Amino acid sequence: MNALDLARWQFAITTVYHFLFVPITIGMGFLVAGLQTAWYRTNKLKYLRATKFFGKLFLINFAIGVVTGIVQEFQFGMNWSSYSRFVGDVFGAPLAMEGLLAFFLESTFLGLWIFGWDRLPKKIHLATIWIASFGTLLSAYFILAANSWMQHPVAYRINPEKNRAELTSIVEVLTQKTAVVTFLHTIPSAAFAAGAFMAGISAYLIIRKKDVEMARPTLKMGLITIIVSFVAISITGDAIGKVMTEQQPMKMAAAEALYETTESAPFSLLTVGTLDGSRSVFQIDVPSVLSFLATGDFKATVQGVNDLQAQYEAMYGPGNYTPNIPLAYWSFRLMIGFGAIAFFLALFTLWRTRKGGELPKGRWFLPSMIALPFIPLLAISFGWIFTETARQPWAVFGLIKTEDGVSAVVSAGSVLFTMIVFTLLYGVLAFIEVGLTLKVIQNGPTTELDYENPQLGGSSDKPLVMSY
Amino acid sequence: MTFQTTWFLLIAVLWIGYFILEGFDFGVGALLPFVSRNEADRRAVLTTLGPVWDGNEVWLLVAGGATFAAFPEWYATLFSGFYLPLFLILVALIVRGVAFEYRSKYGKAQWRQRWDIAIVISSVLPALLWGVAFANIVRGVPIEKSAEGNLEYVGGFFNLLNPYALLGGVVTLTVFLTHGAIFLSLKTVGGIREQARAYALKIGLVAAVAAVSFLVWTNLMLPELNSTVLALSTVVALSWVAGLVATLKGREGWAFICSAVAIGTFVSDLFYALYPRVMPSSLGAQFDLTITNASSTEYTLKVMTVVAVIMTPLVLVYQGWTYWVFRKRVGASQILNPERGVLDTATHILHQ
Repeated sequence: MNALDLARWQFAITTVYHFLFVPITIGMGFLVAGLQTAWYRTNKLKYLRATKFFGKLFLINFAIGVVTGIVQEFQFGMNWSSYSRFVGDVFGAPLAMEGLLAFFLESTFLGLWIFGWDRLPKKIHLATIWIASFGTLLSAYFILAANSWMQHPVAYRINPEKNRAELTSIVEVLTQKTAVVTFLHTIPSAAFAAGAFMAGISAYLIIRKKDVEMARPTLKMGLITIIVSFVAISITGDAIGKVMTEQQPMKMAAAEALYETTESAPFSLLTVGTLDGSRSVFQIDVPSVLSFLATGDFKATVQGVNDLQAQYEAMYGPGNYTPNIPLAYWSFRLMIGFGAIAFFLALFTLWRTRKGGELPKGRWFLPSMIALPFIPLLAISFGWIFTETARQPWAVFGLIKTEDGVSAVVSAGSVLFTMIVFTLLYGVLAFIEVGLTLKVIQNGPTTELDYENPQLGGSSDKPLVMSY
Repeated sequence: MTFQTTWFLLIAVLWIGYFILEGFDFGVGALLPFVSRNEADRRAVLTTLGPVWDGNEVWLLVAGGATFAAFPEWYATLFSGFYLPLFLILVALIVRGVAFEYRSKYGKAQWRQRWDIAIVISSVLPALLWGVAFANIVRGVPIEKSAEGNLEYVGGFFNLLNPYALLGGVVTLTVFLTHGAIFLSLKTVGGIREQARAYALKIGLVAAVAAVSFLVWTNLMLPELNSTVLALSTVVALSWVAGLVATLKGREGWAFICSAVAIGTFVSDLFYALYPRVMPSSLGAQFDLTITNASSTEYTLKVMTVVAVIMTPLVLVYQGWTYWVFRKRVGASQILNPERGVLDTATHILHQ
């Protein structure tokens, strides 16, 4: 492997890993804020216990999300310096804004929330978790706008002398359709992941008879979050499909393994392609559905891989403009498939527990609830793997290829070394993170007298409500 | 003033903020086992950082992001060129953040001891490496025009380990240790406070010697003596000494202000010596990265200026408010059941 391949693997590993923690952080922030609001409004201790319990789990997860996020910001310059030179004028702006507007807000207000129980009036303390959560939304918006610009560059001109893209309108970059639909798809996905996290853990607590009084409402909250967010994900996913067909037809063709341009194109349920991926040998299809998904019209023509390849060669010069089709095809289906599994599991569980009903008794139920938090993470990871790999060979669609973005001065050995260390370190952290999370869950929420309302104005000698 | 100069200043401000704030975080982390006698002490020490360390670290992220946006060539050359030191810093920051958040969550002594070692190493390493990196930038590193026309760093890793840069590393390490010790003496009571004060004085003297040597070297390294660089160097030395005197007299608030001023002036001094270059080349001035040839377009700089002018004061206000909320000193006696991890029971929640 050369430095380019290694840098790509490093980006894939560190980014997919980082994004396992991000959706749970974004979603759980709001769910915990909701629980604390319920406590604030009703004064019921079960909501305070839920806030503390899920707050702990949220923070264990948040810590890894934060520290792995630093790598993301440095990585562009370290491994992708040619890319950075080319796009910095456009791409750097949303990144810097993310830092100034969002990172400061998140980190500062989360610090206030964690340690502020006895230092802030109740209402202001409640506000801190809402503000921190709002910060995570802002952060998501800016980084998704930056990514959307890679999917569909707008508001730029090429400066041939400096060989770079230059920004002509920040407003357009931040408000282009791609950014908006991507945000509206990603945020419900985060809620989806957090809902599954909360529902799975709550179901476990109920089965193990730990603080059922607290876990019943949080189970319901998690399940409803899954169901509502799945509906939103489906609607915005459909919108993304149409935007994608218009802006990156090759990606849509790859997702469907549609080799030839077709009228009333079918949606493929199963495709087996030749080994070199240049055409399919066996397919099971649903007639006309792809045309409808891609354009909203059952009869419309959907462009195929082979036509697009020829078209791009004419536009951009000789080269391979076809992404890895089996990867695109399967990651697209796994995204939808895992999402659907979590949705139906949630729907079934909610239906069974309606009006105070018991949880299903089958032997399969507990394992499926333990698996539940992981299912959306798989769906989300496959979604990103799809959207990023099916854009290849481009880093920024039509402007700069990934192979032209890699750092010229960094050796393959250096990238290999850092990749090995990051991978090992991330592995160890995952092991510790999961271990701590399981320990919190097994201990369950605290039901002792501990939750007297925190008192204000702790003096220097009073015990601290929160300490490291 | 051009937008390029404005952004040069803003990035300097971000680094000043970062080194003043995370500087004491590094110092506190590195001194953790040395200022505490027992578990309650250690947890009190870490609690002084608890609410603020993450917000402090964001100054670095924003400095990185702002460099990317305002001076993409600088960002690209610096980050790809200083590859291994930056990688080591990243690893340290990852381990450190997790160590802070996880160490007291679990009651086993061995678990905590391991995280404590991690905290010490991951605080010392970046404190040292930032000095090495900045000294190299000021000194100039081999930068050449590549075949593609980019100004690229062409030295290796060991090129960065020259005496001037290593001295720079010793300066930041000892300065941050002292700054952290002063912060601890300001934020704690009892034994920790006494220990921290003693360390502040001892390490502060070493730091004074290192910093003065480094600044003299820096002044002599310039092509001609620059009166502003010299004046700023003098302010650094004077405020540092004032900080030590204040520590000696038990005026911890003043001591902290002085060490913060010294750090801020030190960073300003280095940036002033650089201006208008952002990364000088040791292979000839034609290969220097400057605020002109490294910068983004005026439009991007304008947009970012508007954002920075609105947001920076706001950030300062709410971060400042955090320090106000957690202004009280922390004592070991306030930590209930220090031997128990937060996850073992929740009895750390207030009993009346």
